[in-house]
Amino acid sequence: MNFYTDNESLSFYLHHPDMEQVVAVREKNYAEAGQHPEAPASAEEAVNQYDMVMNLVGEIAGDVIAPNAEEVDHEGPKLENGRVQYAPGTRRNLDALIQSGLYGISLERRYNGLNFPRAAVVMAAEIIARADVGFATIWGLTDCADTIQEFGSDELKEKYLPRIWQGATCSMDLTEPDAGSDLQSVRLKATFDEAAGCWRLNGVKRFITNGDADLHLVLARSEEGTNDGRGLSYFVFDKADGGMTVRRIENKMGIKGSPTCELQFTNAPCQLVGERRLGLIKYVMSLMNGARLGVAAQSIGLCEAACREAEAYAASREQFGHAIKQFVAVQDLLDRMRARTDGVRSLMYETARYVDLAASSKPASRIADILTPLVKLNASEYANQCAYDCIQVHGGSGFMKEYACERLYRDARILSIYEGTSQLQVVAAMKGIASGAYLKQIEAYDARVSEALAAAPDAERQKCVEVLRQATALYKRFYELAAGDGTTTERFEHCTRSLTEVLSYIVMGYLLLLDSQRDARFLNSCRYFVREAVGQASRFVAEQENC
Amino acid sequence: MAKQVPDTHNVGADAMNPDGTVNRAALPVVFNPEDLKALEMALRVKDQMPDAKVTVVTMGPPRAAEIVKDARNRGADDGVVLSDMRFAGADTLATSYAISQLVKQLGKVDLIFGGRQAIDGDTAQVGPQVAEKLDIPQVTYAEELLAVTPREITIRRRLEHGTECVKAQLPALVTVTSAAADCRFPNAHRMLRLAKDEVRMVNADSIDADMDRLGLKGSPTKVKKIENVVLAHKESVVLEPTEAALNALSATLIQEHIL
Repeated sequence: MNFYTDNESLSFYLHHPDMEQVVAVREKNYAEAGQHPEAPASAEEAVNQYDMVMNLVGEIAGDVIAPNAEEVDHEGPKLENGRVQYAPGTRRNLDALIQSGLYGISLERRYNGLNFPRAAVVMAAEIIARADVGFATIWGLTDCADTIQEFGSDELKEKYLPRIWQGATCSMDLTEPDAGSDLQSVRLKATFDEAAGCWRLNGVKRFITNGDADLHLVLARSEEGTNDGRGLSYFVFDKADGGMTVRRIENKMGIKGSPTCELQFTNAPCQLVGERRLGLIKYVMSLMNGARLGVAAQSIGLCEAACREAEAYAASREQFGHAIKQFVAVQDLLDRMRARTDGVRSLMYETARYVDLAASSKPASRIADILTPLVKLNASEYANQCAYDCIQVHGGSGFMKEYACERLYRDARILSIYEGTSQLQVVAAMKGIASGAYLKQIEAYDARVSEALAAAPDAERQKCVEVLRQATALYKRFYELAAGDGTTTERFEHCTRSLTEVLSYIVMGYLLLLDSQRDARFLNSCRYFVREAVGQASRFVAEQENC
Repeated sequence: MAKQVPDTHNVGADAMNPDGTVNRAALPVVFNPEDLKALEMALRVKDQMPDAKVTVVTMGPPRAAEIVKDARNRGADDGVVLSDMRFAGADTLATSYAISQLVKQLGKVDLIFGGRQAIDGDTAQVGPQVAEKLDIPQVTYAEELLAVTPREITIRRRLEHGTECVKAQLPALVTVTSAAADCRFPNAHRMLRLAKDEVRMVNADSIDADMDRLGLKGSPTKVKKIENVVLAHKESVVLEPTEAALNALSATLIQEHIL
């Protein structure tokens, strides 16, 4: 089974018209063409390369990772003498991906990477997550290398980046017992050892995903006497240098194959990444945005898995002499699951393309910043809803351990928590709501839709765009009511989640409408968002006006 | 040696034409599964002897170049497709003749690996016939490569009721069963690096062949009729839930060589 070729939506987004620009930016106008045997000379060639590699990722996900998922969930990793032993299935997954050259695919070619843009990297993440979300966390953490590539010195890059391709695993060590969402409170100490000429880490990190990785990016307090984010720096720690032991592996409800660890650092030698004091305020924020897109990819992989499990069960399970998918109530559940998956997938690839374009464009960077919390919020919440509905479609059988849906349900739960809870995503979206940046983006989508409809009039799409405009007008009214006269922010803050929800429906509605012009099968899912946008916006306006 | 075959695991409703012949256009094609295992065994020889060169040979329509590309992506050094309408209709005798002639053109060949059989023919004859035509030892039903030196190869092979380890002097031919190790996945870097490299296509004129021994002309096998035999349950036996009835059933199954 191939998890890429059996899902037409993936190839659809790989061949999105904006990919031409994405590739040109990533390939620096094809500067390496002819210089490096793997470098493409055109957008078409690059997209063909992505297609070939996704095919390979899909094969490994379908033939190796997915069949191992159940066993890995049961066995989980073990702690032996302060070191983590992966479940055997996890090891097999890693070996297959390493042997296939699928580690560090975003890294530059000089570090043996494939120089893939984010839009392709998140696709690989989605494919792998569909097979096993827990394993996708381990693979996805190689994104840590991007931080070294972006902010590290040449010496750090030469030392560490080639190891990623060889299979060095990574972790991002941020959280501590008293520093979760509030990373400014990090206390793990970094002191410079003059005699040895290196930094040393002392303290404890907690809830560290893949905590016994080969390479760690560690957020630590380097500035004595500080107690906020400005005293934190970022370090790279190599496990081979010693000084770190795993104190425990957490017993989690989901993603059980991924070892979540408590780490003790004792005089652990490490090297500074970039400049002192910029650890949290610059580097972690950059890494975090990438990580949030990564969690969105995991979420969409899980949505896809849940849709397929539910669709297959509903087609085979018969009641009252008919397959249960023939009953409207069941079909409605399936349609909603599919619509949410389609909508948030479109939003994720849109966001990823803007992240790629951000390398050469400030406006693109601003759009990437506002879309990232939107996609993380919606993808992770939809993953939970899809997993919930998947069990619902299975009925009593879904409550039993025999079906994959129970694992999906457990695995989904963390997605709206880690790398910034849903509540923090809403906070992150506030700025774009208040500044009108989202509205500006919606206007840009509206202009694109109008242009397309002028070229090829279509009554059904015309109706959709009119309702989306109506929803946008209601959103503006809702915002005015929530903002009030500006003397207090309390009401606005209470409404932020609802405002973000309405915005999300409108944005995903527009994106699917644009997608439907290239592939009509997205029109069904588009209608779901159009209905939700106008329905929810009306409700919230009525609430504000009447309550 | 490898063959591109119809993917019998993914057969759609339009796989057969109304006249009972195979609708090849509607069938997806794959690398014959046991040939992939043979490729893995060849690559393991190369793992142990990095100077060794693995060349994939196949016979088929131009599209068969796909499996050569796939094999290169997995680690093979090179590949050749024997493709010519004059090979069409070849049975195992004509196929093994053509392939053996091609092998002779490749220069010094120490080891030939191939799958035991192809899933579209199930004859298991081509490998042994190539060995006969090249007059080299053959090891059939290979499950595992145990050792290889520049002079000999040691293989564990499957027998009906067990396994045996055999040594063969090189050059030799080995046919590999489905119990052997799975083939490694393609490597992304190789895939991108080799994407534009053409696959060498060879026609009947290039292998110094006797034209009368090729294709339909060189094939004594004549297919008279193809029948689709569907086995169905016609009778059922109801057993009493007693030990005596179960013993009688066991005895019957043993007598019929089912158990």
